[in-house]
Amino acid sequence: MTEQTIYELSQPGRKGFAFPEPDVPSTPLPQEFERESVRLPELSELDVIRHFTNLSHLNHSVDGGFYPLGSCTMKYNPKINEAVARLPGLANTHPLQPIVSVQGNLYLMYQLQEWLQEISGFDKVCLTPAAGAQGELVGALIIKKYHQDNNDPKRVKILIPDSAHGTNPATSSMSGFDVVPLPSDARGNVDLEALKTHCDDTLAGLMLTNPNTLGLFDEHVEQVVQLVHSAGGLVYGDGANLNALLGIIRPGDVGFDIMHFNLHKTFSTPHGGGGPGSGPVGVTQALADYLPGPIVTIIEDGDEENPPFYGFYTPEKTIGRMKAFYGHFGMLVRAYTYIAMHGPEGLRDIGEKAVLNANYLMKKVSEDYYLPYDRTCMHEFVVEGAWKDIPGVHALDIAKRLMDYGFHPPTNYFPLVVHEALMIEPTETESKQTLDAFAAAMKAIAKEAREDPEMLNKAPYTTPLRRCDEVKAARDLVFCCWVPEE
Amino acid sequence: METPKALKYTKTDEWIKVDGDEATVGISDYAQDQLSDIVYVELLVDEDDTVTKGDGIATIESVKAAADVNAPVSGTILAINEDLEDAPEKLNSDPYQSGWLIKMKLDDPSELDDLMSAEDYEAYNEEREA
Repeated sequence: MTEQTIYELSQPGRKGFAFPEPDVPSTPLPQEFERESVRLPELSELDVIRHFTNLSHLNHSVDGGFYPLGSCTMKYNPKINEAVARLPGLANTHPLQPIVSVQGNLYLMYQLQEWLQEISGFDKVCLTPAAGAQGELVGALIIKKYHQDNNDPKRVKILIPDSAHGTNPATSSMSGFDVVPLPSDARGNVDLEALKTHCDDTLAGLMLTNPNTLGLFDEHVEQVVQLVHSAGGLVYGDGANLNALLGIIRPGDVGFDIMHFNLHKTFSTPHGGGGPGSGPVGVTQALADYLPGPIVTIIEDGDEENPPFYGFYTPEKTIGRMKAFYGHFGMLVRAYTYIAMHGPEGLRDIGEKAVLNANYLMKKVSEDYYLPYDRTCMHEFVVEGAWKDIPGVHALDIAKRLMDYGFHPPTNYFPLVVHEALMIEPTETESKQTLDAFAAAMKAIAKEAREDPEMLNKAPYTTPLRRCDEVKAARDLVFCCWVPEE
Repeated sequence: METPKALKYTKTDEWIKVDGDEATVGISDYAQDQLSDIVYVELLVDEDDTVTKGDGIATIESVKAAADVNAPVSGTILAINEDLEDAPEKLNSDPYQSGWLIKMKLDDPSELDDLMSAEDYEAYNEEREA
């Protein structure tokens, strides 16, 4: 390791602060709260700055290199988002301020709700869910309450295609539903015959990731929705892959009842350790009363001289609050900025370029790697990271070796429907030159696999840490960097 | 890959070893090989629980994936293999002996007729590999 932990860097007595002498008498802490040592690291300001700066240099980031992590839409986060989020009028507000003093913030949230409604084709959007998985939980709880209110408690079954995001079955299971997996057909669509066998009066709903984790748009999506609806179920859309659809198709128009957005994917807010997520949820009018609050609304209409007055409301039959205050407001500012900067044509251009980039890269990469679902893809594609005639090389070796070429590895071993999967999503923000360089690296690794397979088993060679022992890391969990001495 | 002749197998890769109206259940050598290094086993049932054929009895996590293990037949749980909590690697190294998951009393031995013989299971795996 090229950087010690902050506890290893600690020196007794060193500190990076100096408090003034107290101007009030000191009082001892009550005895029950006293401890011998809390063992905080002791460092100077410069020690701390260097430690975290060095750590940040060890990390791969989208600002530093290509990050083709399938299903995650690791697009570039424009710096103007950050500039706007730091405007004092937005950054220096507090959620407990009276609403009359934060009308600008409320306007921004209201406008974002309206835009997301327009983009997705849903009637009502709630901004509070903290991330995609919480958005899914909102959806599952709405499905549950909807059937309860219809006096239909026998609807306990949620269908999940095997090409769905892994969070879909987890969410359904956590919400108390019976999860029934649905197989994919030979073209990677939901198997309609299998779906029909489950369309009965115990069906609560179906969660569909579309485009799915194979990067494929379900060719029978309207039939899928119609089958579930005619059996009395609701259709949840996992909006994680919305990037490919922007300005082209609206899930609400297709008949989805509920969908979450990932602002940290589609709408370029920081992602993957860079900031909290944000997972607004959109619903049809029939379900609008179930959304979690608070939701921004116009309390008093404006006129020619005065803007409208904004406030909050909580829907009548709400499933309850999901999050303190109003969600991750800083992320809402960034997503608002991104949408405002692009406008309708710009958003459509994002969708088109994301699909074009993925298909361009798929064509190049599939010269050397097997593409099990050989169809025009949407925003991502999945190849096999293994060859039948080279038994010693696995997807993991290819993923690790890519780091030596300066790229973040793609998602691997997911989706499970593809053997030794490598799931690659370039996004619209990458240039042709970057895509060509990545394709060249994949080609070079395929050549290495034939000529020197054992070399790949030990990759990476150029990273601060070489091949890590993932089994030991998972079996022998160590959560503390020191153990109390008692 | 080992596929002991005396056992019966399911399409979801469980094995069952029957002794009178009692049986032991685990996952096949093929299943552990597909999962690769297993790092965590969570048993979802306890002694005296009743299970219906197809119910989840355990969740297995490997470095690559998480997988559900289902009851191959209906019955009552007699014992669970608690050693696996500290030594999940037994599922990799010894799937048919010390890597067993549960012992159960069968409700209806005729349910066994729906399961595959070792030969059928081997043929099924070859088909999946093709």
